[in-house]
Amino acid sequence: MIALVDVNNFYVSCQRVFEPRLMGKPVVVLSNNDGCVVARSSEAKALGIKMAAPWHQLRDFAQQEGIIARSSNYALYADMSHRVMTILSRFSPNQEIYSIDECFLSFDGLLQDHTELAQDIRRTVLQWTGLPVCVGIAPTKTLAKFANHIAKKQAPFNGVCAWQQLNPNQQYAQMQALPVGDVWGIGRRISERMAQEGIHTIADLRTSNADQIRQRYSIVVQRTVHELRGIPSIELEESTPDKQQILCSRSFGQAIYTEQELGEAISTYIARAAEKLRQQGSLAGSLAVFIRTNPFRPKEPQYSQHILVPLTQASDDTLLLTRAALWVLKRIYRTGFAYAKAGVMLCDLQPRTAVQGHLFLQTADPIKRAALNKVMDDINRQWGRGSIRVASAGFNHGWKMRQNRVSPFWTTRWPDIPIAK
Amino acid sequence: MSLHLHPPIPAALEAKALYLPVMGVSISAGFPSPAEDWAEERVDLNQRYVQHPEATFYFTVAGDSMVSSLAEHSIPDGATLIVDRALSAKHDDIVVAVIDGDFTVKRLYCRGARLALIAENPAYPPIVLGDEQELSIWGVVTAWIARPR
Repeated sequence: MIALVDVNNFYVSCQRVFEPRLMGKPVVVLSNNDGCVVARSSEAKALGIKMAAPWHQLRDFAQQEGIIARSSNYALYADMSHRVMTILSRFSPNQEIYSIDECFLSFDGLLQDHTELAQDIRRTVLQWTGLPVCVGIAPTKTLAKFANHIAKKQAPFNGVCAWQQLNPNQQYAQMQALPVGDVWGIGRRISERMAQEGIHTIADLRTSNADQIRQRYSIVVQRTVHELRGIPSIELEESTPDKQQILCSRSFGQAIYTEQELGEAISTYIARAAEKLRQQGSLAGSLAVFIRTNPFRPKEPQYSQHILVPLTQASDDTLLLTRAALWVLKRIYRTGFAYAKAGVMLCDLQPRTAVQGHLFLQTADPIKRAALNKVMDDINRQWGRGSIRVASAGFNHGWKMRQNRVSPFWTTRWPDIPIAK
Repeated sequence: MSLHLHPPIPAALEAKALYLPVMGVSISAGFPSPAEDWAEERVDLNQRYVQHPEATFYFTVAGDSMVSSLAEHSIPDGATLIVDRALSAKHDDIVVAVIDGDFTVKRLYCRGARLALIAENPAYPPIVLGDEQELSIWGVVTAWIARPR
């Protein structure tokens, strides 16, 4: 048996833990640069706020209805996620962390009644972290996702839906009630195609011919059909594979024009990406830089360019990677454009141990460089991101993310911890 | 279960990993440290004062409502509270509670049907909760740290 545990309206719920005033009120969390809605409380959903709705279109309505908006506070969400996942890991020997706010747990071999265990999970996570979770339990991952959806949307389930405890008629009715696009792994393109072929509901997909599905779509969709029938076909993945690429890109708070400013942004992204790279113990074999103007302003002159360069020797050194990235930037930068976004990607990642030295290459003493990078990581961890950085990252950061409504960093910065009177 | 630093000890508390002794790193080859076999982990405040790391949060105290020369516990303005949400609050615990959307630190009085939040400072009247009012206990204070300088 597999359980899918998932935090309700995760970002909004995190904000509410430290701002109890927001309980019962319509709340939304906005994406980077306060662009659009990325999380909604149930009250905000009830007011008809849609996911990904652009905030600037909503502002008047929000004021009128008393909707409260917060910028995303990813440091807070990451810390709360870590707490939840650690607590959940104690309930089962097998855990697959699927995203920031959901994970699969294997319930196989656990003696306790599954529904009781799931209620115990809900109570514990709520008490320890203040975050509400729902649980779906089923023989397959796809059904567990579906059961979780039912647990979340239908109040009588009280936050836990054990698929096996529904009788076949109830199971059929649940599957008949939802469109096939709501199934885990069935995207919009596939569901549109399926609609043309008469597969509209989840029940339709479940009863379709699995071999034909494989021929017409793919083996992945066939697996989904099997999973809907209760035949486990997608394994629990316990260790997340190391990332093959590390991307770091942002839209700027305001357009920027100079190579100097773009260089500062690129240097900052490299620093962050290189830190991630070192965390997973990899080296980058190549590196890409891209810059572009805002395609949503078609009247302004448009420019978009990226270059990928292989590195002579794979590296995880912030200074070396920064130098390479700025070299690339010099080649793609053109004056006279309003740049809206830039990014870097570290590619061709390889384990640090597998790298051969370069015979003819004069490099900085690699041991000293590794020590320097470690000191930078330590300082940035302790004093906050960006405390120590290469000078090319600059100091003004007029291009930085717009986050006008960001809450304090209640759990990750000492000056921000909440106040009790 | 609930413990108090009394008198407060001047210590910086950091939620970071334990110090692990890294053995032999700075010792030149051929001269093994005579202390190496006896290396132990340095004591860490987290070990003693954080029982449930996933459920532990820190607050800063503002105001003198918990300052008293008579009460058993006195929590000065500016102290850092260690708050454990994994514990269930009981009578006489010091708790962080939510009143009208604000966090407050008080002693919990919970006897029979009577429920109140008591400030240790006699200048502040107890907050007695009416039938309609909902008391939300956010977490149990297990220790606090103040800095005499």
